[in-house]
Amino acid sequence: MYNFEFVKPSSVDEAVAALKDEDAQPLSGGQTLIPTLKQRLNQPSRLVSLLGIADLVGLSESGGEMTIKGATNHATVAAEAASSFPGLAALAGKIGDPAVRNRGTIGGSIANNDPSACYPAAAMACQATIVTNTREIAADDFFEGMFATALDEGEIVTAVRFPVPEASNYQKFEQPASRFPLTGVFVAKYADRVGVGVTGASNDGVFRWKEAEEALASNFSPDAISGLTVPADDMISDLHGSAEYRAHLVKVLTGRGVAAC
Amino acid sequence: MKVTMTVNGKSMSGEAEGRTLLSSFLREELGLTGTHVGCDTSQCGACTVHVDGRQVKACTMFAAEAEGTDVTTIEGMANADGSLNTIQQAFQDYHGLQCGFCTPGMVMAASSLLEQNPKPSETEIREHLHGNICRCTGYHNIVKAIMAASGQDVPAVAAE
Ligand SMILES: Cc1cc2nc3c(=O)[nH]c(=O)nc-3n(C[C@H](O)[C@H](O)[C@H](O)COP(=O)(O)OP(=O)(O)OC[C@H]3O[C@@H](n4cnc5c(N)ncnc54)[C@H](O)[C@@H]3O)c2cc1C
Ligand code: FES
Ligand code: FES
Repeated sequence: MYNFEFVKPSSVDEAVAALKDEDAQPLSGGQTLIPTLKQRLNQPSRLVSLLGIADLVGLSESGGEMTIKGATNHATVAAEAASSFPGLAALAGKIGDPAVRNRGTIGGSIANNDPSACYPAAAMACQATIVTNTREIAADDFFEGMFATALDEGEIVTAVRFPVPEASNYQKFEQPASRFPLTGVFVAKYADRVGVGVTGASNDGVFRWKEAEEALASNFSPDAISGLTVPADDMISDLHGSAEYRAHLVKVLTGRGVAAC
Repeated sequence: MKVTMTVNGKSMSGEAEGRTLLSSFLREELGLTGTHVGCDTSQCGACTVHVDGRQVKACTMFAAEAEGTDVTTIEGMANADGSLNTIQQAFQDYHGLQCGFCTPGMVMAASSLLEQNPKPSETEIREHLHGNICRCTGYHNIVKAIMAASGQDVPAVAAE
């Protein structure tokens, strides 16, 4: 790994200032960034740790919305959202393994937008709002394809705000070697709509399966989607599964998610 | 830079660069080589230690991030008189190790599980060990050891 300067500010303002340096980069749990640095795929001059910023940690709920601060780790979400938003808590509790969950954060996961990451599926299904140090971005506009987001250089995810659904469920079809989902589907049921967020399937990254959302809005049962087909054209195809297999999984997992809600 | 942390109850300091991993710091700077590095890619869990009471992979955390924290490694697990603690003894009794390379990480992961969940089921044990890979034992005896360490019935465990 190339060397870099390590800084650990205690406020968002200090972090933003430290990130002004051209090759500076934020560091949260490091569960994605450290392996990347080891492979020398990345060469920051300075890493700005966000984990020392007390303001960036914790969950709160008000007016039917749950706000999770950017540097909150997966284990904390799994424990603290368990009663008020069990679908999301279960998602967080299945990410990687216990050690990964004690370090990895929601902000890091959302900012990284790995095509197989779990949180983006929930953010899309729930039409969450991504809050940064400068603005608020709707999930639909935030995720721009594999590893690409609407974030500008030096912009930090400070929180993610989820409208809490009446019921929700995350179906993770695990790829046992990486422990990421091979494909994952988050189903969220609201009084007036249904959200279906899909990860690990498309070459364009996380997406909403809108046809299923519409069908489920009028009939929330696995039968409602039995006649639909997911096109395999844009699906990821690799040694773990073909495009057709992933397309099939999207439908099966959506059905299971609805049944489990 | 100088980094200071409490390791197994004692305050310890050493030199670290920004890129120095906690695993390298413990092994090379502090001489605590019980923390093993199996993969260095966050997959195997051999490097598992506790930071402020929570299990982490020491190869996937910078030493600088552990500044001021309380770290426990496998060297801090034995009883005060030097005898093996309950989990370690159970690993010996139930042949939970062969080459022993994964064992420090397994013991650290197991103790973290038993702190949160003193009577885990077999499934819970296996789930908790998702991030700890053993290439020797086939896991059954590790699961048995953890069952035994938690005071539960062992013969009921694991289809073999
Ligand atoms: C063995 C293993 C298994 C895993 N399994 C899963 C899984 O099943 N599902 C899953 O979803 N993930 C999984 N992960 C990834 C894990 O969830 C990561 O923690 C997460 O993707 C990145 O979060 P982090 O806090 O570690 O970010 P870091 O690694 O610190 O950062 C990742 C990237 O985001 C940037 N960044 C970090 N924080 C912010 C911020 N607040 N604002 C803007 N940019 C930021 C960094 O500069 C970097 O580019 C796994 C990881 C490992 C090692
Ligand atoms: S050496 Fe850290 S996970 Fe393998
Ligand atoms: S005992 Fe050899 S790797 Fe586990």
